[in-house]
Amino acid sequence: MSTSADVLDSQRSAGEAKIRVRGLDAYYGSFHALKSIALDIPSHAITAIIGPSGCGKTTLLRCFNRMNDGIRGFRAEGEIRLDGIDVLGRGVELTELRKRVGMVFQRPNPFPLSVFENVGYGPRVHGQGNSSRLVGIVERCLHATGLWDDLKDRLGQNALSLTPEQQQRLCISRLLAVEPEVLLMDEPCSALDPIATARIEELMQELKRRYTIIIVTHNMQQASRASDYCGLMWLGELVEFADTPTIFTRPHNPRTEGYVTGRFG
Amino acid sequence: MRYFQEELNELQRRLLEMGGLVESAVHRSVVSLVERNEAEAEAVLRNEARINQMEIEIDDFAVTLLACYQPMATDLRFLTAAIKINHALERIGDLAVNVVKRALRLIREPPVKALIDIPRMAALAETMVRGSLDAFVKRDSALARQVLLSDDAVDDLLDAIQDELARFMQQDPATVSRALVLLLAARNLERIADHATNIAEDVIFLVQGVDVRHHAEPPS
Repeated sequence: MSTSADVLDSQRSAGEAKIRVRGLDAYYGSFHALKSIALDIPSHAITAIIGPSGCGKTTLLRCFNRMNDGIRGFRAEGEIRLDGIDVLGRGVELTELRKRVGMVFQRPNPFPLSVFENVGYGPRVHGQGNSSRLVGIVERCLHATGLWDDLKDRLGQNALSLTPEQQQRLCISRLLAVEPEVLLMDEPCSALDPIATARIEELMQELKRRYTIIIVTHNMQQASRASDYCGLMWLGELVEFADTPTIFTRPHNPRTEGYVTGRFG
Repeated sequence: MRYFQEELNELQRRLLEMGGLVESAVHRSVVSLVERNEAEAEAVLRNEARINQMEIEIDDFAVTLLACYQPMATDLRFLTAAIKINHALERIGDLAVNVVKRALRLIREPPVKALIDIPRMAALAETMVRGSLDAFVKRDSALARQVLLSDDAVDDLLDAIQDELARFMQQDPATVSRALVLLLAARNLERIADHATNIAEDVIFLVQGVDVRHHAEPPS
């Protein structure tokens, strides 16, 4: 079993880290969900967190923007440094954190508003009242997710009438509108068909030039296709973390070998 | 799919770069043998390390693509053919080095005989290597089949060379050591032609999904 030091050693060559995790333990009541996690998330890359159901990957993801805070009985100890600032520290302003670290969920969750209002919502909340600037922001963010050509003449259309893929792209546009630095994606393609999934993965490749992306997926093939780095979680521990080709061609840890070959997990 | 296609294109580009180096090595090895040209021989020896390094890099890349993309159908056949063609090219590169080593031995001594069949055989082997790589680039199975059909002529030439050198050695025993080196060089050229046919077979499998290895006549 890898120690935290082993996992960190293997990341030395990964380049600049956007998020550094050290000694992260998380609990739901007395249940020890994350055990001494140490991890560097590389900047401007796609990192996939994989592992069997219940291994803690979504718990870990949700620590990055403190989405677990609302869960009764949850507590996290340790450090999660985003550009050097510990997001678990006292005095961290959660709205500001979630602006920098945005999240996309498994089921697209557009607001029951128009396309325009969905994307414009975040900037408005953060004080952007100027309507021509809002128009510019909405256009830029719809362009960024490939929605502009399809929706430019339908900005007033209710977002709930879009296809699931369009809704997911819209949710990403909504995120981009507040200029995040990190995009957290929790099984973002589970509700989409294979072609829509391929298109979202292609979008991720484009987005990583500007953002740091962390994706949780139970789909190993997606992790191998779409990610640059991959971490395997097992029963709350981070077993191995390496560049994706290494994880899928010559993993060091026998548990990783067992998982990626489908022999267990 | 865009990024996977780019990676496939890059793999093809690297294979063709290696193919170019190997074609050049074969050509230079033949020139060094037929024209007793030491400079060409030295050039082949200098470039061998690069060919070997490329084999390692291309294999690693192909295995990574197999693991990360789990390709199907033509993509899968392309990757498995690429691994085999990679290996065949490296072997051809090794054989060119062997030819050069024979050539360097022969250059140090008086010429044995007018080389008639060896240049003819060498030209054919070069054409087959070039043809098999062309077939790969163009995904042309008809061109690949032509390469397969040329192999008999190479084998016939080797037989003729063996017979002629045997007569030569019997007539003048002083020529034995040089004649044997020449025979080994001819054998190396025949092996180069064999590897070219292997590449051609891999191309046919890639293009048509048909395995024509070990058949007396390739299916038309």
